[in-house]
Amino acid sequence: METSLEEQFQQKIDQEIKIEPKDWMPEKYRQTLIRQISQHAHSEVVGMLPEGNWITRAPSLRRKAILLAKIQDEAGHGLYLYSAAETLGISRDEMYHQLHAGNAKYSSIFNYPTLTWADMGAIGWLVDGAAIMNQVPLCRTSFGPYARAMVRVCKEESFHQRQGFESLWVLSKGTDEQKRMCQDAINRWWWPCLMMFGPPDDESHNTIQSMQWKIKRFSNDELRQKFVDMIAEQIKILSMKLPDPDLKWNEEKKHYDYGKINWEEFWQVLKGNGPCNKERLDTRKKAWDDGAWVRDAATAYAVKKSNNQLNNSNSVYANLH
Amino acid sequence: MQTFIRKMFYGDYGEEKNTASESSSGNASTNEWPLWEVFIRSKQGLDHKHVGSLHAADAVMALENARDVYTRRGEGVSIWIVESKNIHASSPDETAALFEPANDKIYRHPSFYDLPDELKHM
Ligand SMILES: [Fe+2]
Ligand SMILES: [Fe+2]
Repeated sequence: METSLEEQFQQKIDQEIKIEPKDWMPEKYRQTLIRQISQHAHSEVVGMLPEGNWITRAPSLRRKAILLAKIQDEAGHGLYLYSAAETLGISRDEMYHQLHAGNAKYSSIFNYPTLTWADMGAIGWLVDGAAIMNQVPLCRTSFGPYARAMVRVCKEESFHQRQGFESLWVLSKGTDEQKRMCQDAINRWWWPCLMMFGPPDDESHNTIQSMQWKIKRFSNDELRQKFVDMIAEQIKILSMKLPDPDLKWNEEKKHYDYGKINWEEFWQVLKGNGPCNKERLDTRKKAWDDGAWVRDAATAYAVKKSNNQLNNSNSVYANLH
Repeated sequence: MQTFIRKMFYGDYGEEKNTASESSSGNASTNEWPLWEVFIRSKQGLDHKHVGSLHAADAVMALENARDVYTRRGEGVSIWIVESKNIHASSPDETAALFEPANDKIYRHPSFYDLPDELKHM
């Protein structure tokens, strides 16, 4: 019996055979991936901005070098992901255009401000920690280029989380003021980090299709729970507290229970009403516009050089005859 | 409070707008730098292996960017870059026909031959 292309496609997915760019795929699969991968790429790129804010004010040369290296990694992550999206038939310029026009989403977490140096530690430990939770299962996602990009990303993320924790650990052993700063940063970043996993499962019913296509392998709530369990243990080492009076080990479930997330805040930030949405987009657009002359100059130089080469080879050719 | 039912494919990005079809506005500029494929030899004695791609105005810039993006942790001792348009690939639609000649020649594999147990070192 003949099987339809759709059925063959699903069979491949069920057998854990990766889908490569030139393989047949349902249009909806392509569109879903373009959106997800490009939004992921935008997040890496915009994610550089809150941290870039502190490069010139890092407390030591060591911390400055680490922060620079981390931010440089994030630029690389953006590039790996944009490249993966391009294999699906969307151009890089088109994706930039979507971002700059305000049509594209990126992770809401980057619309919060970085107020003190301790935020650099909290971002590494909590924000990168949450990102890793999301990203590790994506290393096995069904689209080959996305999976390969994520393997590369995950290898690099581990240092991001470790440097963040180390930085907070130093503060947690410091003066009273440093301890206060550390706790304050944790207080501000904790809830937005829990929102990074997306709305509760009963409100995001469309993950069913993504699960069936094995783009996504765990639900939002499953990943969020894993994250809470991990951080609730790690924070003990810092002798700090998570800002949640309801956080409690549940012996029966073998998981931590946690309090209610303010989803209204989440939807507001997603809609563009977060504390830094406008600033992030403006900064990003300015960087792009300010860089225009560099891009133009490099293009002009490349054209000129290849013309020269062409002329030279023509004259060699003429001499031979 | 308002209730929201929205699609969420990964994390918290939401999913309004920006699919390729919705956004092929033709609005974006088309003077993109060419795309290059990057191959890296991770150490002496090994083949170059495809690691990814990037945009660059010319070969020199492609090499420098490949170094900055793909070898930040000593992943390579040598880089090749090839402009993507110069790569010719077999078509997945013809996979079955293209590789068919190999599939029915099992005598190319050493295990095809049933030899006496006494025979050593072969
Ligand atoms: Fe990243
Ligand atoms: Fe990171």
